[in-house]
Amino acid sequence: MASYSTNEFRNGLKLMIDGDPCAIVENEIVKPGKGQAFNRVKIRNLKTNRVIDRTYKSGESVEAADVMDTDMQYLYSDGEFWYFMDPDSFEQVGADKNAVGENTKWLKEQDTYTVTLWNGAPLSITPPNFVLLTVTETDPGVRGDTSGGGGKPATMETGAVVRVPLFINEGELLKVDTRTSEYVGRAKEDD
Amino acid sequence: MSLDILKKRATLLRQLRAFFYARNILEVDTPALSIAGNTDPHIESFCMHYTGPGESETLYLHTSPEFAMKRLLAAGSGAIYQLCKVFRNGEAGRQHNPEFTMLEWYRTGFEHHELMEEVGELLDEVMGHSPTPIIKMTYQEAFIKHAGIDPLETDPAALADCAHQHGLEQVIGMADASVGDWCDLLVDQVVIPAFGQSRVFIYDYPVSQAGLAKVSQKDTRVAERFELFINGVEIANGFHELTDAAEQRLRFEKENIQRKKKGLVQLPIDENLISALESGLPDCAGVAVGIDRLLMLIAGEDSISAVSTASSIE
Repeated sequence: MASYSTNEFRNGLKLMIDGDPCAIVENEIVKPGKGQAFNRVKIRNLKTNRVIDRTYKSGESVEAADVMDTDMQYLYSDGEFWYFMDPDSFEQVGADKNAVGENTKWLKEQDTYTVTLWNGAPLSITPPNFVLLTVTETDPGVRGDTSGGGGKPATMETGAVVRVPLFINEGELLKVDTRTSEYVGRAKEDD
Repeated sequence: MSLDILKKRATLLRQLRAFFYARNILEVDTPALSIAGNTDPHIESFCMHYTGPGESETLYLHTSPEFAMKRLLAAGSGAIYQLCKVFRNGEAGRQHNPEFTMLEWYRTGFEHHELMEEVGELLDEVMGHSPTPIIKMTYQEAFIKHAGIDPLETDPAALADCAHQHGLEQVIGMADASVGDWCDLLVDQVVIPAFGQSRVFIYDYPVSQAGLAKVSQKDTRVAERFELFINGVEIANGFHELTDAAEQRLRFEKENIQRKKKGLVQLPIDENLISALESGLPDCAGVAVGIDRLLMLIAGEDSISAVSTASSIE
């Protein structure tokens, strides 16, 4: 089993801690001039997202977590699993509700998402920062109002609800920031 | 790295030289390369390869100018100081860099308390007077006060409990840790942070952490070593220097045995230093000050990379 020594610790490194895959988010070296060195680390549990503190005597080795990020195409959901395909190998994986979480609202068939795989199984899904989605439901547009002030809720084709300017109509294609769920602008299919 | 930091560094170096000039302490410049290494099991020397002319051989970059400066003291130099780059392998982080600037000085006829006084005067000169009272406490007093444990009468299990009580719940790799290992962790994480931003001198370290200090005649459990911390950062380390050649050889040999146990290479002992001690090192005290860290505090920065002209490893 691969492992990392404390002197290889760096932000983002994936480790197995208490049986769960984790990522280092902070690594501080504590070393008196004439004394034992330690690594004080903050580690994010990739399953629960909780951050814990750990102190390692320098020189210790920690088991590596077989975690990797892969760009995959979203295919479909059968209600229990959300299926993604590796565009190179055509291999498919099913991500469960825990892995997909709130991101179901951004999943559009054929689009590409970052799937974090642990031992080959999906651990989490990350949508691109910006996605293009069609409005499926919103109050009728107010003609001539291009101020963008006020706004109204719009339901997108994937189920996400985004606050949009009053002039937006059903059927329009919009660019949305998935990190903030905010409307960015109108879009064309080739944007 | 700004022009402002460059100027602050230049000012600091000028102030330091003026401080020693005014006290008639001689500036010296000793070699950075040596055929002997530092046997301290917690310090890694950079290992260099000399290709000749003459015999090709392994040389080590100094981790402090201590050994060479003691040879000058034994040869009758009187009080001396040095500002130089020193090198330590395997050290990098917010407060560490594999090469850093060290100020080291020796005072003949001083013991460690007199030298602590002088370190305090130097701080006043380069940092201004301390806004909070200067704290001076033995290692034992500081531990009892802030960790609630006597470091001279304890064992690893009790120290592990103590660490746990102070919020260090998960410490990995301590199965065979020594009292010294636990104390190193507790000093940094529990004892020193309790002093806040003050200038703190901790003195009379346990003999297991004597370094090159004399063992106290009043209490043989401690050695006449001190350290200075400011705002939680280790700034200086000083000794009432060991002058006994046989004892010095024994400590080097013990360190090499510890190195072997830890799976580290054993290093050639500095026979020139041993000879110098045999010929007679005058009674003296010496201290090393980390100049990059001092500049970091003066400039109000929290990493030494912010006050260095460039990082060695990026």
